[in-house]
Amino acid sequence: MGTTITRRMALLASVCAATFGLVATAHAQASLKIGYAISRTGPNTGGAAVTTLPNYELWVKEVNAAGGIKLGDKRVPIEIVQYDDRSNAEEAVRAIERLVNQDKVDFILPPWGTGLNLAVGPTLNREGYPHLAATAVTDRAPELAKRWPNSFWLLGTSADAAKTLVDLLVKLRDDKAIGDTVAMVSIADGFGIDLSSAGRKALTDAKFKLAYDKSYPIGTQDLAPIINEVKALNPDVFIAFSYPPDTLALTEQSRIAGLNPKVFYTGVGTAFPLYRQRFGKNTEGVMGIGGWSGDSPAIKDYLARHKASAANGAEPDRWASAVTYASLQMLQQAIEKVGKVDRAAVIKELQTGTFDTVIGKVKLENNMPTRYWWVGQWQDGEFYGVAPAANEGARKAVVPKPAWVAQ
Amino acid sequence: MTLRTTTLGAIALAAIVLLAFVPRLANPYYLALAISLLQYTVLATAWGMFSGPTRYVSLATTAFFGVGAYTVAVLGEVLPWPVVLVVAASLGAILAAVVGLSTLRLSGVYFVIFTFGLAELVRQLVVWFEVNKSRVLGRYVFVNVTQSDIYWQLLILAIAVFLIGWLVARSRLGFALRIIGEDETVATHCGINTTIAKVALFTISATIMTIVGAIMAPRWTYIEPSIAFNAMISFQVLIMALLGGAHRLWGPILGAVPLVILFELLSARFPNTFTIILGCIFLLIVYLLPRGVAGLLESGKARWGETFKPRAVA
Repeated sequence: MGTTITRRMALLASVCAATFGLVATAHAQASLKIGYAISRTGPNTGGAAVTTLPNYELWVKEVNAAGGIKLGDKRVPIEIVQYDDRSNAEEAVRAIERLVNQDKVDFILPPWGTGLNLAVGPTLNREGYPHLAATAVTDRAPELAKRWPNSFWLLGTSADAAKTLVDLLVKLRDDKAIGDTVAMVSIADGFGIDLSSAGRKALTDAKFKLAYDKSYPIGTQDLAPIINEVKALNPDVFIAFSYPPDTLALTEQSRIAGLNPKVFYTGVGTAFPLYRQRFGKNTEGVMGIGGWSGDSPAIKDYLARHKASAANGAEPDRWASAVTYASLQMLQQAIEKVGKVDRAAVIKELQTGTFDTVIGKVKLENNMPTRYWWVGQWQDGEFYGVAPAANEGARKAVVPKPAWVAQ
Repeated sequence: MTLRTTTLGAIALAAIVLLAFVPRLANPYYLALAISLLQYTVLATAWGMFSGPTRYVSLATTAFFGVGAYTVAVLGEVLPWPVVLVVAASLGAILAAVVGLSTLRLSGVYFVIFTFGLAELVRQLVVWFEVNKSRVLGRYVFVNVTQSDIYWQLLILAIAVFLIGWLVARSRLGFALRIIGEDETVATHCGINTTIAKVALFTISATIMTIVGAIMAPRWTYIEPSIAFNAMISFQVLIMALLGGAHRLWGPILGAVPLVILFELLSARFPNTFTIILGCIFLLIVYLLPRGVAGLLESGKARWGETFKPRAVA
């Protein structure tokens, strides 16, 4: 009796082992399942469609064209599972839970934007998936990286963004290129408020004269009154911590009203290809958040590939797009280095490894990069990074900004 | 009748016991779905509790839900969790009482418009305060609340909602509200203080919605006005209650459960055409089920009675 049971159990055990083993090998070798939930509808659609989706699609296309991701000594193609988070935090969290538990994907790519990346953070951490947040700017990034060791905050903090801008202004003032009157406006939303709080402090500490400091509600249509008030003050520097729609509107109004300070800086959207399409020659000398090393061969090559791959030959934006693509390269290199679907090991590799990407060599410290582009400037039709000046490929800022031309 | 009540009670009790074990049995995905089911069941039932008998269509759900969520965002890391919930509930009750006293004299379409505006008003006030006073927009919620905790809290709240609804329906208040719903002038002539009755129930219903917002907030980590005061919540709750039938306490759950599952299936299977399909389904509901599932069941029962009663007697 005893022997029968043992024998039976052994048989059962071996059948189980065989089945599971088979399933495991078949699963590991057929394809690499990668999932994402992205905003295809709702207020985040624009950002996701410019910065995130084209890069995900470009990367998958390129990897699969090359035969797939290298696991050990063979390549497996990427299989994509995707959902629409409808720009909604609850929906984004649920989509991640669906990807993990129902679709059983091997890796997950993050959503677009600060809010949604924060919303999915705890879930990705609980499930042990690497979280490469390439489109989130938050002052609590260092703390979040500690709280969730699987999360990587590749776009930095808003305090750093404001500080770098003010450092550049201090340098320009020391060079006698500008005076010390600053006008600052910001959008009354998470991003604008964070940046203007940090900027206000940095400007006051650097003894700039803050002649104008106001915020406007999200969705404000008529920005002419603001521009007219600013123009009457005749500042040396105009700073707008703005979002894409108002970045365009503020620039347009400034051109019409003839507000042409020595430094003209606008927020998110300045780095978008749309900005150049809209303003053409008038972009010359405009500064904005972001930037990239436009002269680097890797970036030039990336730009060409992106144009060839995206619908209507769309160009990437000159800030988070390249960072997003670099995050995918990092993920790929980490997976290939580990050689199997071992998420804990991939996270470890991302924390410690050095990666070769379109934005140069990246080595993370405390889950964050050590170099960022914070101020860019349109020069000869390209949005070059100008600060921090120590970055490789940084161009010298052109100040004063040339006058607006008739369009 | 007593037998029926006992049976129903026993079934309800068994269901509650079964539901309490969901977090132990389900994987996180099904737990998330269960949380969503409970959330909308509570919201739609609370909505129906006021709007069903009085026939006042309210689009203010998200105003109260958002107040609850924001209370957690502001106080979540400062106060112990039960205290946070109590504060949230009190804020919701005060807001509802103030709003109710000043607006429940409105009726019909004016009330609908006002409640829709209320959500936007509260949201703009929060934005104004955060921008000009606290100078942070977008708050972080780091509290020690697990998904299972959220589920259990919602389950308890759901039980409480049904108990309150059952008690109200049997009270003088519930009777008064039904008369108001039929004809407000008649109600006044009967000596009912219609304002007090309406405000009382509006406050109860809004307080429950506020608590739901507070319980749900820890799921998102990050809260900003556009997340907390999402107008979609108001519309979804409305359509769920209408699908189920708001004139019965158990009506809204008949709308909430199928619609939450439908939303889930649609967003999983048709992520890119979700909104189009949803619109068509809403049209179908309005045309085919004007009185909701509850109305359909009732008329079905009535027809059943008419067809079979005489034969049974004969």
